[in-house]
Amino acid sequence: MYDYNNFDEGFVRNRVGQFRAQVARRISGALTEDEFKPLRLMNGVYLQLHAYMLRVAIPYGSLNPNQLRQLAMISERWDKGYGHWTTRQNIQYNWPRLADIPDMLDALADVGMHAIQTSGNTIRNVTADHFAGAAADEVEDPRPTAELLRQWSTDHPEFQFLPRKFKLAVTGSKADRAVTKAHDIGIRIVKNDAGEVGYQIIVGGGLGRTPVVGQVLKDFLPRADLLPYVEAIVSVYNSLGRRDNKYKARIKITTMENGIDKINELVETRFAQLRPLFSGVDQEHFNDIAANFKAPEFKSAPLDTYHTARDTDPIFRSWVDTNIAEHRAEGYGIVTISMKAHGATPGDASADQMRVIADLAEHYAHGDIRISHEQNVILPHVHRADLPAIFATLRAHGLATANAGLISDIIACPGMDYCALATARSIPVAQEIAERFDELKIEHDIGHLQIKISGCINACGHHHLGHIGILGLDRAGVENYQITLGGDAGPDTVIGKRAGPGFAYDQIVPAIERLVLAYLDLRDDDSETFIDAFRRLGEAPFKAALYPEEAKTNAA
Amino acid sequence: MPRPFTPKVVTANDLVEGDVIYLARNGAWVRDMCMAWLIEDEAEAATQLALAEIQPEIAVGAYLADAKAGPNGPVPTHFREAFRSKGPSNRFHGKQIAHAQPEAAAHV
Ligand code: HEM
Ligand code: SF4
Repeated sequence: MYDYNNFDEGFVRNRVGQFRAQVARRISGALTEDEFKPLRLMNGVYLQLHAYMLRVAIPYGSLNPNQLRQLAMISERWDKGYGHWTTRQNIQYNWPRLADIPDMLDALADVGMHAIQTSGNTIRNVTADHFAGAAADEVEDPRPTAELLRQWSTDHPEFQFLPRKFKLAVTGSKADRAVTKAHDIGIRIVKNDAGEVGYQIIVGGGLGRTPVVGQVLKDFLPRADLLPYVEAIVSVYNSLGRRDNKYKARIKITTMENGIDKINELVETRFAQLRPLFSGVDQEHFNDIAANFKAPEFKSAPLDTYHTARDTDPIFRSWVDTNIAEHRAEGYGIVTISMKAHGATPGDASADQMRVIADLAEHYAHGDIRISHEQNVILPHVHRADLPAIFATLRAHGLATANAGLISDIIACPGMDYCALATARSIPVAQEIAERFDELKIEHDIGHLQIKISGCINACGHHHLGHIGILGLDRAGVENYQITLGGDAGPDTVIGKRAGPGFAYDQIVPAIERLVLAYLDLRDDDSETFIDAFRRLGEAPFKAALYPEEAKTNAA
Repeated sequence: MPRPFTPKVVTANDLVEGDVIYLARNGAWVRDMCMAWLIEDEAEAATQLALAEIQPEIAVGAYLADAKAGPNGPVPTHFREAFRSKGPSNRFHGKQIAHAQPEAAAHV
């Protein structure tokens, strides 16, 4: 894991000090709200429906146990005892008082964390595959690359006032658990024919009002060129991106309006200017960073306890089957701790749960914890012999839901329950879907199915990428939900298509149920997932299930 | 004929707490919508909003929200204002706690 050095520490403390003074001046009336708002946003402070919200960065989703314990402490001392994991590897606190936020930021700085660049038109928290450094299918650990980018982008003087927010994601695996094609710049670590490790660079992806799948700008970028090349892209965007219309300001629009070839040409020109300015110190620095991320010493231990538990305890087996992923080391597994207990708020973690997870990570998992963009918590390095003990502890704290990747493992943004921009609620829809399919006891039979829900067109809940996406809207003063079908967050990212008219709040869960039951009828066998069946059959039979009345009329 | 004016309350967020607040008839800010001033006159609403906007040391982002008369005072007509007045629907937090303990719903 990367540890702050004195420079980082000093920089962050200094920022907290500045913000403390700004808050004091706001409360005293010396600053107006118009003057203060950009300052608070620079420090991750939003004003939501019921309270301020503080968004804290979790770079590439990595936490150590002390950091997680500190997040728990902060939630208890200055909030209501819980925090919310987001799709961009942040934690959001929903109820702080403005006057307390500087203290919260100081408490974060105590464990090497902060809220800088978690808002505003700047390069946001750099995200990465939550299985980084552990996944069996990985070309290389993406975290050193993500950390290099984080250090380069933090407080980068040229990129504090971009036309719009700017998001980078890095993956080291073909499976792409970082959704690189839906980011402003997606970076995939790849090997060329000569066996050298480098980067595939994707630009112009993004969700929101105009969802766009990113395009490959460079198939293979040598490692040493990473920073000057990414700097060239952001710099081209900074001069070309539209500032006249915030809905057209993201690089996805810049790329569409100018064409990828034009962008490529401009980036190459800028890159040629920038390349000589990078002396290679960045590469030495990369090597130092990479040394901080070396794999833990994996043990070799008997697996008897694991096999016995798996053979004799069906509940444990079911959890292992859904929530444990293949690890690169013999005898190890990657644990997904579901933050989606049926009926719970997706992605909320109580202070107690955070502490339980911190303890487990310390005792059994080399002190390494990740937050996934799917709003779950990951223990990346666990010896399988320890799984029964981990499972027992998780179970005692309501954290052992065996649903990773299943229908109740829903991404949902805060929606109208908290968010000032929302047009409808998201969370209760997610809760009701999860509860309904739990009642029906068909969740495991359904298998892999991703539902993603957003409370407005900003698409924070990634609904465009859900196999089933749900978008909450306000239709003449009532909540209305539009369904998209066929989206996919996998390596060949697909934006889902709108299925038809939306559904009222009390009709959305029954509609999802009809859709899923139709899939169960339509699939070849239980190895065919929802998205595979959808691709094979097209949208017609699914639309018919959603709109049975219309289907009847059409048939008549 | 002029279009009918939908009654309004002046609402904002409290500067320090972030909590939803409403303007009462006596000019004070209150936390409970039923204690707010239901303004039936368009010009009066505009005046009160303008007055609210020059109290940045209390109220952030003041605006006029549609409301109607209820048995105990103004009630929201749109679901967004209903959540603002009550708190989130997924947790028992925010204003709904104050409603459960009426003594906590005091003036700001
Ligand atoms: C204060 C709460 C939030 C506000 C005001 C907010 C605002 C926005 C806005 C305005 C956009 C559209 C940007 C554009 O296309 O230019 C957006 C997109 C997005 N937000 Fe949020 N958001 C909030 C909370 C969240 C949360 C809780 C999550 C995660 C659960 C999240 C993750 C995202 C993602 C993934 C996108 C779309 C990705 C993209 O287009 O690049 N946001 N948000
Ligand atoms: S999608 Fe809309 S409602 Fe949901 S968090 Fe984003 S801005 Fe808020």
